Parts: sequence; C-alpha cells; structure tokens
Amino acid sequence: MKTLFERSVAGRHCSILPACDVPLKTPDHVRTAPLRLPELSETDISRHYTELAKQTFGVNDGFYPLGSCTMKYNPKINEEAASLAGFTEVHPSQDHVQGCLEVLATAEKYLCEITGMNAMTFQPAAGAHGELTGLMLIKRYHELRGDSARNKIIVPDSAHGTNPASSAMCGFTVVNIPSAEDGCVDLDKLREACGEDTAGLMLTNPNTLGIFDKHIREITDIVHEAGGLCYYDGANLNAVMGIARPGDMGFDCIHLNLHKSFSTPHGGGGPGSGPVGCKSFLEAYLPGEKIVFADGRYQLAERGEESIGAVRSFHGNFLVVVKAFTYLLTLGREGVPKVAQNAVLNANYLKHLLEGTYEVTNKGVCMHEFVLTLEREKKETGVSAMDIAKALQDYGMHPPTMYFPLNVHEALMVEPTETESKETLDAAAAAFLDIYEKAKADPEAMHHTPLHSPIGRPDEVKAARHPVLRYHFDD
Amino acid sequence: MNTPKELKYAKTHEWVRFTSDTECEVGLSDFAQDALGDLVFVNLPETDTEAIRGETICDVESVKAVSDVYAPVSGTVTAVNEDLLDSPELINNDPYGAWLFRLSNVTDTDELLDAEGYEKVCAEEEQ
Repeated sequence: MKTLFERSVAGRHCSILPACDVPLKTPDHVRTAPLRLPELSETDISRHYTELAKQTFGVNDGFYPLGSCTMKYNPKINEEAASLAGFTEVHPSQDHVQGCLEVLATAEKYLCEITGMNAMTFQPAAGAHGELTGLMLIKRYHELRGDSARNKIIVPDSAHGTNPASSAMCGFTVVNIPSAEDGCVDLDKLREACGEDTAGLMLTNPNTLGIFDKHIREITDIVHEAGGLCYYDGANLNAVMGIARPGDMGFDCIHLNLHKSFSTPHGGGGPGSGPVGCKSFLEAYLPGEKIVFADGRYQLAERGEESIGAVRSFHGNFLVVVKAFTYLLTLGREGVPKVAQNAVLNANYLKHLLEGTYEVTNKGVCMHEFVLTLEREKKETGVSAMDIAKALQDYGMHPPTMYFPLNVHEALMVEPTETESKETLDAAAAAFLDIYEKAKADPEAMHHTPLHSPIGRPDEVKAARHPVLRYHFDD
Repeated sequence: MNTPKELKYAKTHEWVRFTSDTECEVGLSDFAQDALGDLVFVNLPETDTEAIRGETICDVESVKAVSDVYAPVSGTVTAVNEDLLDSPELINNDPYGAWLFRLSNVTDTDELLDAEGYEKVCAEEEQ
C-alpha cells in the first residue's frame, strides 16, 4: 500500500487556520525552507490509517498464542476506568491528588502480596526496563557493601531473551549456563558458575519451556550462599500468580509486565509498564518517590541518597497502572489464582491435542506454555517451524513465537492464555493438524504459505541487512 | 558439509589457518554458518585485543539469533576483516575465505582438532 508521502497532493490540507492577528516576527535561527510534510485531506488520512489497521492482527482479531508474551484479552472495563476524567485530567505534578496516589499505593500493596515482595516502583516503562532497574538494585547492593568484585550475572539458557542484554547494559558480564536433560537449571553447572564474582542470577520460573523448576529453592540457596542475589523475570508470572510467589521461592527482586499478566495492552497498543518489586533490604535503592499513608492522607516521600535515582519521570505509565489495578479489582482474591489455573489448563489442553502429531519438548504436564520442535520434519521433508508459522496465518490466527527458546531447534512456543474458549482451542488444534497433513502430502507447497495475508514472506535477510527506515524523495 | 583438511578447528565451530608457527587466521566453519542461517551483522574485536582460548571474542547475528564467537586459541588480534561489516553474507557464501580476525603470539593450541576430529564433533551435535 502507499505511504502518506505517496498519497500526498501539493496544496491539499484539512484544516483552515484563521489569519494571524499578531505581528509576525521571525527569529534569525528559524528555518525558512518549508518542511516536506505530506499534504492530504482528512478523508485521505482517515482511509490511510483504516487501511493500515486492516493489515494488522491483534488479540481482538483472533487467537494469538505468542509464547512467553501472554497475549490475553484486554477487558474494556480497564479502558473505561483509565478514561475517567479524574485520572486523565490530572497533571503528574499534582502529586497531592489523593485518588491517584491511592491507586498507586493500593496497586503496590496488591502486587507485593501476589509476588511476595515488600516494596515496588512503577517507574519502569516496560519489561526490559524493569530488568535493568532490578539489576541496578543488585549492583547498588554490592557497591554499598564494598563488594565491588561481583561483576557476573548468571543466566540459564532457558531464561527470557532480554536477560543477557539487560545484564550487559548494566555493566555485568553474562555467564550462560545450560539446562539439564529435564529442562530445569543444571544444579551442578550452577554451583560451578557461582563464586566470589557472582553478582546475581536472573531466572524466569516457569521457564520458556513451560516448566516450573522443581529445584527452585535449591537454586536460590546456591546463589545466596555464594553471596549473589536472585532476580525473578516476571514474564511468565501468568502461570503461577495467586498460587506461588517469587518472594517465597527465594527471589530478592522482580519485575512484572502489567501488559502481559495484568491484561493491559501489549506492543503497539501499549505503552507497557514493568514495575519492579523487591524485599525490604533493597527498598532504599528503589527509584522514584515512595507513597506513604500518614496523618490521614497519602503523601510522597523522598527515597534518600541510597536510591539509584529516577529511571523515568514521575510514576511511569500511570494510566497503565490504573488499567492493571482495575483488572485486579475485577478478579479479586479468588480470581487471580483462577487466571493461572485456566492458563495452565488451556496450555495443557492444546498440548494434548497436538502431541500425537507434533513433537512436544515437555514430557509431562506443562505450565502456561509449551514448545513444539519441527527439527525432525525439517530434516526429513524440509518443512520448517517458519513454514508452519506462516501457514497458520491462513487459518486466521497469529503464529506462535518462533525459533525461541534457543536451546530447542526449529521451535514453536505456544501460549494460549486463559482468555481463550475451548472452541477457539479446538479450532486452533484443527488448524495445526490440518497443516501437518498438508505438509506431509506436499512439503513444497508449505514454502509458499501464507496465501491470504497482506504480506507473505518478507525478505528478512534484506530487511535486517539493508533496512529502509525513511522515505526518500525523488528529487 | 565442507571441512578442509589443511585447517584446524575448535569444538565451538571456529576454524584456524596457521600462516606461521605463531600467527593464524580465524573464521566460522561451514557447519556453523549453516546452523546459524543467513548472517546479518558481525561484531568484530578491536585490534590489540588479547584473545583467551575458550572465551567470547566477538559475536555474529543471523536472522535467528545472536551467537558468541569463541577464541579457538589464545593470542593478540592484529587485524580484522572489515569487509564483513558491510557484507556479513560473505561468511555464508565462502566460510573458509571469510576470515574474521588474525592473531599473533598464538598459544593454547593443544585442544584444536583436525578435520576428521571436528567432523565427529559435528556428527554428534547433529543427533
């Protein structure tokens, strides 16, 4: 489709400004050449964006089992609460508005209860930002103890993909450790990796293979005995929330993704929110201001000199917290564990329907997600995980996460989430099985899927090597 | 899979071409480039970097993932192949021509494999 620049017609516009009634004075440093902005009527613009919207696929279009991304439905009541004028018409500097502070303080309390933490900051704007913030807390902890030789963060190969990058951003050296046969952390390898230079461990539990690590207390003990701290990546909290708490597993700090587990919009529909929680002994290092209730009202208190300082302005993406808080109020104490149970049930149901045909890496019961491997099919017939993912688009569903985790070849990671019905799961399974039959009968045809998407197979290599990121005018 | 007999190899899929007793070129094996898929970025080490055998020296990115490159021997980086920065596909097209970096003062060569030994390692990984 055409870009806005290609739709542009010189002289066309959609608003008529009144003549300027103040004397015009142009400072010398102002550019005099006109900006080359596209010129369009309101009709053209509206149709352009509607056409773009039609080419996208979101949770509101259909099944979206993108593993480790928890693409659950975003309830409309969240949006309604976040649209209340009392929240939207407040400037962040009006930090005495009691309703806003109460939302933040109560959301902090609820989320601390769910995670087993003692304090939380809402400043981080997304998951990876939360990871960086959490690692900064760990760094601060070691620094203030004069334990400056601790420069290594241990990251198992089943951890979330952003963990190594966040560690490197924070100035740590990443030590990768392989998983054991059962997909859990290899305890011997962990013991070998731990030492006087260990700053901490980053772990996702359940991990990206959808396995809850049964040695979790042993893992955190090994790291603590070596003098390191344990960081919980909340990417997969949806599987255990309301049932098992990272704080009880021995983790010292965590981040949550409100745009995953707590039903706020994800990706382009964001923004995100990645609050960071910690145990009491790390609280003084948290960024931003603390909300306290004293003398009958909510007040803001400075964190003091030990704080790592602000990682974002004010209280982060406040309205996203309002949406997540609405979700928690909707679910209540009874509803939160039901989310986790249904997420696990849905994943196991879909896994059960697929595992006679596809090879599933999880041998017993999985948590909220499971991983298929197309390694055998790739070798025998040339049909890859990519081919299956592309073919699924023709069945009106979003493909699962591909080629991740890295420790599984030709991986497809499937996370249905709790908000999908049995009918949707049955239809998805039928699509998977139908594709498998077609792939067996005609492997070559699989390479040409999808047939009905606006974009079929973009040249990923060319896109990565020579990306075109701006419009080039002809003249 | 192509595994030239005149080269040495590391278990971590780098090849080593000795140009004298203490100098060598290092690149990625055919097996490695095939497993990685189409390469889109190469991060090369800086010259004068001290390479330590078995430790990460640089990394490459394919359409699938970013992967570390390990130093197959110890030594000092004397040159890097800057052609790869603009044309990482050279590694896919000609893995044994597309050297990544050159080393001098080469030591720690005991664990290098010959072509036959390396092919066995690859065969085991295939299973």
